[in-house]
Amino acid sequence: MEQQLKQLEQEALAKIEAASNLKELNEVRVAYLGKKGPITDLLKGMGKLSPEERPKMGALVNTVREHVTEQLEAKVAVLEEQAILEQLEKESIDVTLPGRPVRVGNRHPLTRVIEEIEDLFLGMGYEIAEGPEVEKDYYNFEALNLPKGHPARDMQDTFYITEETLLRTHTSPVQARTMLEKKGEPFRIICPGKVFRRDNDDATHSHQFMQVEGLVVGENIRMSDLKGTLDTMAKKMFGSDREIRLRPSFFPFTEPSVEMDISCFKCGGSGCNVCKHTGWIEILGAGMVHPNVLEMGGYDSKKYSGFAFGIGAERIAMLKYGVEDIRHFYTNDARFISQFHRTEG
Amino acid sequence: MLVSLNWLKQYVNIDGIEPAELAEKITRSGIEVDAVIDRSQGMTNVVVGHVVSKEKHPDADKLNVCQVEVGVGDVRQIICGAPNVAAGQKVIVALPGARLPGGVKIKKAKMRGVESNGMICSLQELGVEGRTVPKAYADGIYVLPEDAVPGSDALELVGLRDIVLELGLTPNRSDALSMLGVAYEVAAILSDEVKLPEINYPTTAESAESYIKVSTAASDLNPLYAAKVVKNVKIAESPLWLQHYLMAAGIRPHNNVVDITNYILMEYGQPLHAFDYNSLNSNEIVVRLANEGEKIVTLDNQERTLNSHNLVITNGKEPVAVAGVMGGANSEVTSDTTTVVIEAAYFDGFSVRRTSKELGLRSDSSARFEKGVDPNRVLLAAERAAQLLSDLAGGEVLQGTVLVDQLDKTPTRVVVSPDFINARLGMKISLEEMLSILHRLQFDVEAANGLLIIDAPTRRQDINIEEDIVEEIARLYGYDEIPMTLPEGMGNVGGLTPYQAKRRVVRNVMEGAGLLQAVTYSLTSDELAQKFALKVEDTTKLLMPMSEERTTLRQSLIPHLIEAASYNVARKADSVALYEVGSVFLGKTSEELPYEEEHLAIVLTGKWVDNAWQGEKRNVDFFVAKGIVVALFDKLGLSDRVSFEKGSVDGLHPGQTATVLLDGEKVGVIGGLHPTERKKADLKETYVAELNLYAIINATTEALVYSPVPRFPEISRDIALELDRSKAAGEIERVIRGAGAKLLKEVKVFDVYEGEKIEAGKKSVAFSLTYFDPERTLTDEEVTNAHNKVLKALAESGAEVR
Repeated sequence: MEQQLKQLEQEALAKIEAASNLKELNEVRVAYLGKKGPITDLLKGMGKLSPEERPKMGALVNTVREHVTEQLEAKVAVLEEQAILEQLEKESIDVTLPGRPVRVGNRHPLTRVIEEIEDLFLGMGYEIAEGPEVEKDYYNFEALNLPKGHPARDMQDTFYITEETLLRTHTSPVQARTMLEKKGEPFRIICPGKVFRRDNDDATHSHQFMQVEGLVVGENIRMSDLKGTLDTMAKKMFGSDREIRLRPSFFPFTEPSVEMDISCFKCGGSGCNVCKHTGWIEILGAGMVHPNVLEMGGYDSKKYSGFAFGIGAERIAMLKYGVEDIRHFYTNDARFISQFHRTEG
Repeated sequence: MLVSLNWLKQYVNIDGIEPAELAEKITRSGIEVDAVIDRSQGMTNVVVGHVVSKEKHPDADKLNVCQVEVGVGDVRQIICGAPNVAAGQKVIVALPGARLPGGVKIKKAKMRGVESNGMICSLQELGVEGRTVPKAYADGIYVLPEDAVPGSDALELVGLRDIVLELGLTPNRSDALSMLGVAYEVAAILSDEVKLPEINYPTTAESAESYIKVSTAASDLNPLYAAKVVKNVKIAESPLWLQHYLMAAGIRPHNNVVDITNYILMEYGQPLHAFDYNSLNSNEIVVRLANEGEKIVTLDNQERTLNSHNLVITNGKEPVAVAGVMGGANSEVTSDTTTVVIEAAYFDGFSVRRTSKELGLRSDSSARFEKGVDPNRVLLAAERAAQLLSDLAGGEVLQGTVLVDQLDKTPTRVVVSPDFINARLGMKISLEEMLSILHRLQFDVEAANGLLIIDAPTRRQDINIEEDIVEEIARLYGYDEIPMTLPEGMGNVGGLTPYQAKRRVVRNVMEGAGLLQAVTYSLTSDELAQKFALKVEDTTKLLMPMSEERTTLRQSLIPHLIEAASYNVARKADSVALYEVGSVFLGKTSEELPYEEEHLAIVLTGKWVDNAWQGEKRNVDFFVAKGIVVALFDKLGLSDRVSFEKGSVDGLHPGQTATVLLDGEKVGVIGGLHPTERKKADLKETYVAELNLYAIINATTEALVYSPVPRFPEISRDIALELDRSKAAGEIERVIRGAGAKLLKEVKVFDVYEGEKIEAGKKSVAFSLTYFDPERTLTDEEVTNAHNKVLKALAESGAEVR
């Protein structure tokens, strides 16, 4: 009987060894360890043995069972491992192939520039004020100290709708309207929007373009506040190592008036084609709000003062991104707009 | 304004300052110098030549072979093609090796077999603008005076050894429209003095009054009119220095009388006019408003028809000049003139501006009157003219000035406190410093009781209020000295309005959906202005459009987006997805302005899904566009309030157009472009949508409060319905939702079928209905009861359950 048992064990181990998949292995389990298997049969025949032999035999049978079971489980583990490896192999892909495209659109570069300016000033407590593109002559000119027949009206060739209405030539009428709305309260606003001038469209002119203006009115607003504010903006838009300089200028709605240059961001001031070899780039016009404008807006110009500035969004975008032709902003070529999809810095 | 430094030196000392440095100083203190122009343009080897002889070229009719002496004993043969070259002339010669403007290099050459050792030059060849060259030399070489020395520097002789500053003047600085004005500015910058011309001249015993009387019938527009009479004038060329100054200033020399008036125009900024006394045919000058339709032929030989508000100078009968704009041909100074009447007047700026605009006639004169001339220089200029006519044209000046004068010449007084100046600037400039600056500017100033009492010179008409003084002080003190601060706290919170914040969300949704933002023009053609418009109302048109393409403000954003799509497709884009946020212009508000409504529009064409190597490609269709629109409403919390129904818009596909309704009101449209429109735009299937963003953003929603995450299962039941092909699924959905089954949480279309397995003209639409109770697990019976309600409602509506 012991002989028989050893033989069974050998047979079972050989079959386990030979099994190439989990199904075969299971057949081995059933065949040798199952209730109808030879080992169970042997156990059943133990009754015929002598009481002395019985425990000895019992222990032996158990040892064989355990050994076979152990081997069986080891083999299961090997086969499972193998199966996973096969699966992995089968599921392997070329990860260098392109991913599924995700359509992501983006903002127009002019919106990008405008929002950047808006966000800077929102952080400084400004509100965004907007107004109509078709304006009254009054708000566009007269309320800004440009009465009818004023020579400075020539600075801005205008599309008239009627004698009294026109396409706004700047976003300044929003300033005039805001002053009347705020009824004498101090305020800070940024006015972005579309504006229009009678120009033939070419590489540097566009009959429609976008402006961002700023206006602060309060008690004791100083020219140094204007300078500090412009410096903050220049550094934000063109880099923290930019310097600004102010030059005296003229706008009917401000007094004193200034133009602001920034140190050239390309050459740093040593002179290049971007700054026309001057080291400086003209960026915007600004000034202290003219007392007539304050008075027409309902503010006592003895008590209140203010500053205002105006920037062309196209000009900023052209400088910032190196765009050479203003018409690119209005042809809506996807190959142009989509270039402005990514973050910077 | 072109400022010759040679000329400027007559009034202010600028020796020892590099022109570029001077330009920088002027720019930084208030007047922008646009360019520093070296009139010699780096020319070399340009000398005086003496044409010893001239012979016809043997082989060329139009060429002459000249022997030209260009130095003692240095005679060279030069071929010249100019019609006016002649033996005995002193001329300008560019020797071999000379470099001329425009990169021209002079070399020895053979012209038709004959050697030429240089070039005899016209002024244009030396870079002088043709329109400023005296007419006598405009079509040929320039002839130098007899006493020019051969071999000497010719550039010096023609005034090209000069630097010109080109000033970009702002409208307020009309004082700098004159050499003296610029001299005052430069003197202020350099802390220097201005040297004024000394005026003295002999007069005859005869008085000017005996020749001419002056009266004005419009003293409001002409408060000052002065006439001087000069007789026995010899009309001739002006001296060279005067011609050179004029040319440097961009003015063509004519003859001494005309040149003198132009010279003084430039020197004092006071326009003058010279009449030929004999052709005035009268001994009076009457200034009056023109009669309506009255005509005058101006100096440029154009007949002008006048309006009754145009101011004219007359001889008592007919106009002889348009006041301040241009003289008349009938009284022009000619080579036969012997007696001239010099007009020096003050004309109202608005009136001159209006007249010159109406006549389309801008002159150096009108440009100055428009901006206001110095009241205190009008008579000075007349005196200066008399002096120069005496000095340079041999004239005899009649005694006295014939004058009508009601002009206020008192300077404007401005009273300002130094504290105010410092407060506005955010600086601490001392009183001494302020006084020094004001003195440099030649402002009369008195400091008393903590105030500065300032009388600005009348040439500075831009100085009227305290803030003007602030600017003067600041610009000469230096803008660089202004410190940088930020406005002190005003308690403003700032931030976006809810509308602005939501508009940013709208952009994010569009971009998240894969669309690029377009910006197109607000102006469009008449034809496109109302096309695809959600609302068609009165249009807004320009008074004077520049082209037919841009005459009218748009009422829809779609036409320009379609143009943009065509543009991209024509450039081989296989997919276009654009959106725009912009205003449309509708009718009129009470303010007489159009009502501006902000809209959102999108255009989609070509591929939507393009995953090449995996073989997944799908073109856009109506439902892509609708999906984007729905996503937007969902993001704005309006998905329960939006609905869609079949709509119709000209230019859109009649079977693929939906009206978008918010709370039952029309707020937009989605549609496929009509095949004929597609053909016109050269586009394949194209889908557009336009929404009234203003209405959508202003539809307020309730505060967001979380609803508990479901703890009990949802149960779904499907229904398949057989419907007429034309029956809208949306209507059925409404029936289902409206059936009153409270437990019904969601209704979704999950299948639509048309084809062989169903009767022609019919379609099958399958809905999946989800039932749910947040409080407990539903029993089968409860769901069945609810579902039966739905089925009953469907049966009543005539829908057939398959």
